[in-house]
Amino acid sequence: MPLAVQFTQVSRTFGEVKAVDQVSIDIAEGEFFSLLGPSGSGKTTCLRLIAGFEQPSSGSIRIHGLEAAGVPPYQRDVNTVFQDYALFPHMNVLDNVAYGLKVKGTPKAERHSRAENALAMVALAGYGARKPAQLSGGQRQRVALARALVNRPRVLLLDEPLGALDLKLREQMQVELKNLQRQLGITFVFVTHDQTEALSMSDRVAVFNRGRIEQVDTPRNLYLNPATPFVASFVGTSNVVRGALAEALSGSPAPFSIRPEHIRLGAAGPDSRHVQVEGLLRDIQYQGSATRFEVQLDSGQLLAVSQANDSWQAMPQAWQPGQRVQAHWPQEAMTQLQDTEAY
Amino acid sequence: MTPLRTLSNVLYQRPNLYLALLLVTPLGWFGAIYLGSLLNLLWQGFYTFDDFTMAVTPTLTLANFAALFNPSNFDIIVRTVTMAVAVSLASAVLAFPIAYYMARYTRGKTKAFFYIAVMMPMWASYIVKTYAWTLLLAKGGVAQWFTQQLALDGLLQAILGIPGVGGSTLSTSHLGRFLVFVYIWLPFMILPIQAALERLPPSLLQASADLGAKPLQTFMQVTLPLSIPGIAAGSIFTFSLTLGDFIVPQLVGPPGYFIGSMVYAQQGAIGNMPMAAAFTLVPIVLIALYLAVVKRMGAFDAL
Repeated sequence: MPLAVQFTQVSRTFGEVKAVDQVSIDIAEGEFFSLLGPSGSGKTTCLRLIAGFEQPSSGSIRIHGLEAAGVPPYQRDVNTVFQDYALFPHMNVLDNVAYGLKVKGTPKAERHSRAENALAMVALAGYGARKPAQLSGGQRQRVALARALVNRPRVLLLDEPLGALDLKLREQMQVELKNLQRQLGITFVFVTHDQTEALSMSDRVAVFNRGRIEQVDTPRNLYLNPATPFVASFVGTSNVVRGALAEALSGSPAPFSIRPEHIRLGAAGPDSRHVQVEGLLRDIQYQGSATRFEVQLDSGQLLAVSQANDSWQAMPQAWQPGQRVQAHWPQEAMTQLQDTEAY
Repeated sequence: MTPLRTLSNVLYQRPNLYLALLLVTPLGWFGAIYLGSLLNLLWQGFYTFDDFTMAVTPTLTLANFAALFNPSNFDIIVRTVTMAVAVSLASAVLAFPIAYYMARYTRGKTKAFFYIAVMMPMWASYIVKTYAWTLLLAKGGVAQWFTQQLALDGLLQAILGIPGVGGSTLSTSHLGRFLVFVYIWLPFMILPIQAALERLPPSLLQASADLGAKPLQTFMQVTLPLSIPGIAAGSIFTFSLTLGDFIVPQLVGPPGYFIGSMVYAQQGAIGNMPMAAAFTLVPIVLIALYLAVVKRMGAFDAL
């Protein structure tokens, strides 16, 4: 499969700080690829390295097979949707969208019709004469998208583009972005700190922590088979069990991860191969579709347990904080992790 | 409840009353002292001045404003406006790179240093500075010596020979007067441009480059248009200060009145307050026209 973007041992240091540390990634053409991590983990710096706003301190970046070192942003076949949208306040929406075509010398009639088409694609037909200041956040976000896409880039970079939108709008834009990417077949490189967003939209996700990549995988594998304690706790919630308790429960001294929703409260059947634990029920949180329990095992380990409220009837068993409870989970639900520092 | 508490509650519940109480003093002061006296002054432009008795009578007439268009008076206006335009243009060209550097490349102590360096010349009396310039520009002065050292005195003589620009020496030439004006008003141009550039988000410049604009295109399409409000503000300073100045035209450059020195002469030596008032109206009208033009060009749209 041809590669859209290839990082080989790329580092970017700012003084003493290693913003990006020995990162290697292969992003395939037409892929929806997310860079996921907490703020300061190096994901945005990676995006800026692809755009050309930063140069790597060492290592090599290839875009469609061509070495990117020394190529300025305006000569790269990539476009960016900025976190703050970066719309030009002195131009109307149409001129904003047509800007990339204008600076490349496209005739006025053509660039205006292409800009109109791009606006129609993001459902903003007829908004061309407005100024960015007259638009809502969601509309500005679409203009920024149209402004990037009108240039028909081979790679589209998106820097937390949905971060400023409210939840409903964000979910709607997630679907639209994903559909757009499928239609156009453009490679999307999407930076986000929101794991739900990354999981629901991406073909593959690279999880960043302190300038390094912890794991690159499909959303399903990332969630079901996290490689490190960091990934286990950053992508979704997880119970990471270490040390003697880990050895007692799983038979291996390596830490393991068990998802809260894979644990059942109560006693396992006598002949089951389930792992069985006992502890004190500390806290119960009703969360609507699920109820979350906090169980403190006798070793001191806290265990988060999530039970789906999948019956329309009241909870069959009334739990009370302070009572002793049993909990169990299947052997296969545990995922062994590399023994690295947690998040 | 104490009376003070009652008052606080009343003011809190009636924000308009609160605002009115806060504003009445400064607005009264501004209205009476600034606008009132200015309108009073302009009103005197309609009074009649008797050339024989040198007396001002409150008989209303348009003669003073009509007199502005006498060739001798109109010359003064044209001379002043030409100089003000030239000074504003030159200040903008000189100020922009400095302001750009200050806004985009300095921070912390370096930025403070530049602020002080730009403003410090304004702390000294400008009459003293103007006198200093007369010495610098005088025959046998530093400027002449310097051009000789560079073997450019031929060029200087050629420039001084150009009518409308030159004169017998730098200190009695239009060029010399222009240099002094630019020197004195430059900080008033740097600071507003710097403020405008400071507000320009770096992501806009990156977005421009990202969309394929070469650095010059980014400058012409994004940086310059968005700094025009700053240039406009700065040029209002340089333009109006040059229009009203009466010291520099007396000390440097060829003989001949400027609007400022004409007002000074009319109300001082001649005592023709109505004519001085009429001249005062000229810069006000010109600035208003200038603002209207700049606004129509869309300079303030991004504000």
